[in-house]
Amino acid sequence: MLSRAAWSLMLKKSGHGRREMHSPEAPARGEGKMPPYANWYAERSYPMPEEPFCSDLNAEQQALKEKEKGSWTQLSHAEKVALYRLQYHQTFAEMNRRSNEWKTVMGCVFFFCGFTALLIWWQRVYVYPPKPITLTDEWKAQQLQRMLDMKVNPVHGLASHWDYEKKEWKK
Amino acid sequence: MASEVLAKPQIRGLLARRLRIHMVGAFLVSLGVAALYKFGVAEPRKKAYADFCKNYSPEIDFEEMKKAGIFCSIR
Repeated sequence: MLSRAAWSLMLKKSGHGRREMHSPEAPARGEGKMPPYANWYAERSYPMPEEPFCSDLNAEQQALKEKEKGSWTQLSHAEKVALYRLQYHQTFAEMNRRSNEWKTVMGCVFFFCGFTALLIWWQRVYVYPPKPITLTDEWKAQQLQRMLDMKVNPVHGLASHWDYEKKEWKK
Repeated sequence: MASEVLAKPQIRGLLARRLRIHMVGAFLVSLGVAALYKFGVAEPRKKAYADFCKNYSPEIDFEEMKKAGIFCSIR
């Protein structure tokens, strides 16, 4: 979400129109700093930025700033909103708005998990050596029979589930 | 702005009240967990072992194992 804003800002490099209105900083090299590294950037965990959003004010905005130095009861509602917009880039509601970024993130996570599964499958087929003799079915059956003969864990464990009279597993 | 005055909320003693509630709660919860464990895990386990040992004879067990042929020194 943030990177998308920065990307679209970069794409609109030619159109300086909207940025000149606010012109937060005189860009020394190219575009200047972009959020979140700009001085006027605020977020929920860092709500008081170092600098106001608009530093270069035209005459009308400067007159408003002069009026702000007096009693605030003289300010109309529209003027208060204009002063807020000069000082801050976004309101708390705008800044904290939710986004759909999590869908992209989860989608990419699952995609790469699936891709990894394919790699692991290929590895299983083409890289792994043949199974050792102890993992073949005959050997495992003989192993289980020996464990039952030895009566391993006769109280709660393996031998407790085997019926020695009927020679089958207990139901 | 409000025409009626709101009741003053409780300001003091909030931590003390929380501690009181949670002290009692923690005591009860731990007692409950201990009781559940005793009657859910410990007692059945003791009963299973007692039942096993009631009719267990090591001699018969040994003969069965010898017949199955697992011992190397005694065939």
